[in-house]
Amino acid sequence: MSNPFALWVYLSTTPLLWLTVTLTVWIAADRIAARCKRHPLVNPVLLSIIVLGALLTVTKTPYQTYFEGAQFVHFLLGPATVAIAIPLMRNRTLVRRNLLPMAAALVAGAIVAVVSVVAIASALGAPHDILIALAPKSTTAGIAMAVSESMGGDPALTAVLVISTGILGAVIVTPLMNALKINDYAARGFAVGLASHGIGTARAFAVSEIAGAFAGVAMGLNGVATALLAPLLMRLF
Amino acid sequence: MIPALAALLLCQLAGEIVARGLGLPVPGPVIGLIFLALGLAVYLRRPDAKPIEETRLGETASQLLASLGLLFVPAGVGVVQQLPRIAEHALAIVVALVGSTLVTLLATVYVFLVVKRLTGDAE
Repeated sequence: MSNPFALWVYLSTTPLLWLTVTLTVWIAADRIAARCKRHPLVNPVLLSIIVLGALLTVTKTPYQTYFEGAQFVHFLLGPATVAIAIPLMRNRTLVRRNLLPMAAALVAGAIVAVVSVVAIASALGAPHDILIALAPKSTTAGIAMAVSESMGGDPALTAVLVISTGILGAVIVTPLMNALKINDYAARGFAVGLASHGIGTARAFAVSEIAGAFAGVAMGLNGVATALLAPLLMRLF
Repeated sequence: MIPALAALLLCQLAGEIVARGLGLPVPGPVIGLIFLALGLAVYLRRPDAKPIEETRLGETASQLLASLGLLFVPAGVGVVQQLPRIAEHALAIVVALVGSTLVTLLATVYVFLVVKRLTGDAE
């Protein structure tokens, strides 16, 4: 094609371009994270979002156009959630032995996750629509968006806050638990899965399979707990 | 890989049908996870059952979970649209997210460990 602009006009409207770019950027980001020995600060999700966000801004590509390509990746979140049944069943003896600690930690964590974020933001003067979008921030994107929408919040803003929380937890968890000398990988995984859903779970799998399995369980359980509790807890504010 | 992917999708679909059909507040994929776990429990009772990680389903699942982070990238890129709204209340949002994530991690991990210690002798 002689005219590079015509080529761009063609490519920029097909899902092929942004799907390929998303995968390529992720592979590069993941290699960098691997080369940095999975240092918690070098988070491949964060790295990819920064690069892709910059690319969209520079090329003036609307997010909707980007998502037409990237939706195929986004779609896999569902089957990947189902797939957590496999590490869960592989570690079933350990899971069964920790049922009581899990139940107690779930109730405490789910309440603290919602109340603390809303209380802090409210004390710092955030308006009510932001508080609603923040409330389900520890649950996986699909649930959080539905919960926030049912309370009159903005699902797109909620998704971004959810992913920020995921990255934060994934970055904080390893140095925090090491500093506190907590070596129980079931407990560590459960905490990061509850506080930081799938991105925390991805981080947990990078550290240990046991942590990953417990993170996956915590993510699923907290999704349910938050869907039930968040509307009740929001009445406090 | 295709039969394994189909199995995952079937569980998700069944979960979605149950969740919507019964009006449960639980997302479809989470119910799908429970269905798959039950299915695996039945499979593991068979005398000729292979360890889960050696089945094709096990292989596909670990490949998918190894790239779990990638799956959050498309939604995360949505931040470009939300930057003005977030910038307006940046301080409140950043402090709330960092503070709450920290407190949630601590509350969860310590409740887990304390209850484990209290109930540990019963094993």
